[in-house]
Amino acid sequence: MELNARIPDGPLEQKWENYKKNAKLVNPANRKKLDVIVVGTGLAGASVAASLGEMGYNIKSFCFQDSPRRAHSVAAQGGVNAAKNYKNDGDSVYRMFVDTIKGGDFRAREANVYRMAECSLNLIDQAVAQGVPFGREYGGYLNNRSFGGVQVSRTFYARGQTGQQLLLGSYQALMRQVDKGSVKLFARHEMLDLVLIDGKARGIIARNLDTGEIERHAAHAVVLATGGYGKIYYLSTLAMGCNGSAIWRAHKKGALMASPSWIQIHPTSLPQSGDYQSKLTLMSESLRNDGRIWVPKKENEERPPNTIPEEERDYYLERRYPSFGNLAPRDISSRAAKERIDAGFGIGPLKNAVYLDFSKAIKEQGIEKIKEKYGNLFDMYLKITGYNAYEEPMMISPSAHFSMGGLWVDYELMSTIPGLFALGEANFADHGANRLGANSLLQASVDGYFIAPYTIANYLSTEIHTGKIDADNPAFAKAEEEVKAKLHQLAGIQGTKTVDYYHKTVGKILYDYCGLSRNKEGLEKAIKEIQLLRADFNQNVKIPADVDSINIELEKAGRVADYLEIGELMCYDALTRNESCGAHFREEYQTEEGEAMRNDEAYQFISAWGWNGLSQEPILHKEQLVFEFIKPTVRSYK
Amino acid sequence: MKLTLKIWRQKSQQQAGELKTYTLNDLNSHMSFLEMLDILNEQLLLANEDPVTFDHDCREGICGQCGMMINGIAHGPLKNTTTCQLHIRSFSDNDTIIIEPFRAGAFPIRKDLSVDRSALDRVISSGGYISTNTGQAPDAHAIPITHQTTEAAFDAAACIGCGACVATCKNGSAALFTSAKVGHLSLLPQGKEERAERVINMVNAMDEEGFGHCTNTEACEVECPQGISVLQIARMNYEFIRAKIFEKEK
Amino acid sequence: MLTTLSRKMIMALTGAFLCLFLTIHFLGNLQLFMAPENARIQFNAYSHFLSNNPLIKLVSYVLYLSIIVHLIDSILITIKNKKAGTTYQQDRRKRASKWYSRNMGILGTIILIFLVIHFKNFWYVYKFGHAPLDSNGQKDLYEIVVTTFQEWWYVVIYVISMIALCYHLIHGIYSAARTFGLYHPKYVRWVKYIGITFSVVVCTGFALMPIYIFFTS
Repeated sequence: MELNARIPDGPLEQKWENYKKNAKLVNPANRKKLDVIVVGTGLAGASVAASLGEMGYNIKSFCFQDSPRRAHSVAAQGGVNAAKNYKNDGDSVYRMFVDTIKGGDFRAREANVYRMAECSLNLIDQAVAQGVPFGREYGGYLNNRSFGGVQVSRTFYARGQTGQQLLLGSYQALMRQVDKGSVKLFARHEMLDLVLIDGKARGIIARNLDTGEIERHAAHAVVLATGGYGKIYYLSTLAMGCNGSAIWRAHKKGALMASPSWIQIHPTSLPQSGDYQSKLTLMSESLRNDGRIWVPKKENEERPPNTIPEEERDYYLERRYPSFGNLAPRDISSRAAKERIDAGFGIGPLKNAVYLDFSKAIKEQGIEKIKEKYGNLFDMYLKITGYNAYEEPMMISPSAHFSMGGLWVDYELMSTIPGLFALGEANFADHGANRLGANSLLQASVDGYFIAPYTIANYLSTEIHTGKIDADNPAFAKAEEEVKAKLHQLAGIQGTKTVDYYHKTVGKILYDYCGLSRNKEGLEKAIKEIQLLRADFNQNVKIPADVDSINIELEKAGRVADYLEIGELMCYDALTRNESCGAHFREEYQTEEGEAMRNDEAYQFISAWGWNGLSQEPILHKEQLVFEFIKPTVRSYK
Repeated sequence: MKLTLKIWRQKSQQQAGELKTYTLNDLNSHMSFLEMLDILNEQLLLANEDPVTFDHDCREGICGQCGMMINGIAHGPLKNTTTCQLHIRSFSDNDTIIIEPFRAGAFPIRKDLSVDRSALDRVISSGGYISTNTGQAPDAHAIPITHQTTEAAFDAAACIGCGACVATCKNGSAALFTSAKVGHLSLLPQGKEERAERVINMVNAMDEEGFGHCTNTEACEVECPQGISVLQIARMNYEFIRAKIFEKEK
Repeated sequence: MLTTLSRKMIMALTGAFLCLFLTIHFLGNLQLFMAPENARIQFNAYSHFLSNNPLIKLVSYVLYLSIIVHLIDSILITIKNKKAGTTYQQDRRKRASKWYSRNMGILGTIILIFLVIHFKNFWYVYKFGHAPLDSNGQKDLYEIVVTTFQEWWYVVIYVISMIALCYHLIHGIYSAARTFGLYHPKYVRWVKYIGITFSVVVCTGFALMPIYIFFTS
């Protein structure tokens, strides 16, 4: 398949303007005749549903949670980037573009990234107008903090709850449209399949989680804003319900998956404390502004941290990356932590963590200032671990966090299935092989507020004469039958192991072989192990048999069944990329100093995978990346 | 640790429910409360019993989806802590813990510990927003807002919508929830334009959903995981009176 | 249909008026603490003035109305609250609030019962009964008061009722200020202290009256 990203012509700065100038429009009177399904109510989903609703389209909005406000965007702590240059420190759209491209290790599309940086300006305006209480200085103007991987302060924040506040802004905009009747809300509904008619996305099959009923929903276009699938690792910073099922089922219907193995492992989450653990809580990266990361210089150090003298501490990030120090990008920080932990310098009861130390910042700025900046994070740390981080350093460790990969989309955010759009973390988009901190809220919002409303309208302009999509079409009936058969199959296995067992096991396999570092042998082994695990799952999983009412295990089983397929694809993706870039670190491809070795000649492309049937090797399509405006260089934060 | 759990089991809204007793042995005290329920569910599943349905998602205290009455207290014994952030080290070995759903007239039970809190969404949709369409916004610096005002607005905006206030209120009132949104938006200059309509619509919606009166017992503030102040309720009253006095004839 | 906020507003407004009345009633009744002979003349003259002044008469109708509205409104509120609220198998919600803030209805009922007794004791006798006359030829309410408080159980009833009233007022004033929209933390604090002082002074004063009379006459 020839992959065409359909990037508009013109200089970088004018591509998006040119696109908007030439995009086709839909007359307001025609908009009410057009239906759009939006799955997911996070920042991307809520904002696109609200924006399209405001424009006059008929929207159906779906989420599996009990309220759209629960979507996992809510948990983003640190902030959202925007090139406002309010700090007068030399920031600009172009510099943000460069930082993001470089942060992504030159594996993202220039035009997309530039557009994201450009639209970042509008996002802050939009959010403020919605009442998002971003942190302000005493004079009344917006404040910024700095984040990993950049040398300017461009991160806007609302205490440590920026995601929550941004999400509430878009949630409220969404609820306003619900009140007006332009958006119909389907909470506690899970999308179980995508329906295609004549090759176009025309609707979804959803399960009402309250009643177990299988419903058909038809529309002229379907938007998936269903977030990332990092929960595949089981232990991750994601919410328990986060899943890859919507995009995976779209993938099985023909949409390509791009770079699925590019999963960001976040450097500052709380370490695992036992096998009962269900998630790893994230501590915002903003902590690295004032916290210093270190491990003892002595292996298997047993002394409590405060008694270890300064000269016996190894501030390894400051040592290895003097110019960025503790603010080195996430992939580099995580890998550096893993390197120390694997070398035997890890701390904590399971020797799986490093210290994040605030004593210097507290001494310099006073405890009050630190409290104001990070009070809620310190409180959270105390609640979870029982330790007081004002008195002793935090213990942190890397944890699966964000999937840079996702459905392949073109410049219009449309997948390879016409009429199927993917927004936010669900697409592979703008982050390349590694996402910079505070860019995920940005990307999700920008996709939803400022990009998709234009590109979806452009698509819908060709649908004016289509007429209502008929949910009685045989394609719906067939999809519904398949969904029901799958549910009954899962419920009928009645084996001996729980869904969580399989989830934990596949997570462990991926952490071991397709996590912070990968190698050929391990990946090949992982593929085999996942296939075996999947076969075992299909014979031995046990869930309550009732598919016609609330059944939480059935919901989980469907998601884990998908994970058992996604995991395999991730391994193929990692296996076929014989280079190290961003979050993808192949042990075979590293410098003598242990830094990643990229191979631009052979791998300057996006791997977009096509479904080829269960346990079949997937089909690789390549989207060559062209760097017209910036020259790929070796990424150095030294 | 060994814990005895008495958990509210109810198959559906229509059927009657009851407390059932379960015993868990060899628990690690670092385990979170919900991880303990995970373990219970695993045991129930393997014993061919129906696992306990409970709501949860982010497990880091921000999404607001979890929530249950633990020994008669919303979200359990710790202050400013959601159920998911509670760890079993807050209990003693051999304790008996009674777990019930968040109950209120406006929160029908779905199953076991899971309730329907969509009434809160409908209160927001009645007016809990600033009417601004995408693309209409002026520059973010067009209106300076003082640090104090922003912080005060944030204090109200921090609400996670878990419904602990309603479950704690003897009258099943959603005054704290509603007032938090009224307070957040009416404090900010951009929210002042429609403050009158907003408060009237939201109060009406709150009443229609069947929430009770606020009696100012202040229990909601004590049990709120985000520590939202009851003074937000006073502010809502102020906004309401102000709106009524200056209300235009229809 | 009135909103829940408006209903509470009615409670607060009628309650506030009742407080105002209580203040006047209290100040007037302080005359009972004077030496018996002076007290008799002054108190009776004062009572006579109150029951014949047209303005006061008007106020008294507002007073009766306030009591009735306060009562009916409280019943309506309680009905809705009973429907909206709930109970738990194990209920420790009370750890988070003061007992009297949760039991305004019970305190109010005690006060209502007291009011019936109180009206029967004095208001009814004064208005419709055969009150004796004092040396000025005015109805001798003072005598009725003194006779009533010879009975120890009346004294006990009055004292208990005043304790109930005191708690009812402490929460009532505090809560009414909220209902009126007082949200500034500083003034909220002031109102709290002023409310407590008022409630304690008025109710203690009222409670001391029967005790004083019981022990002095």
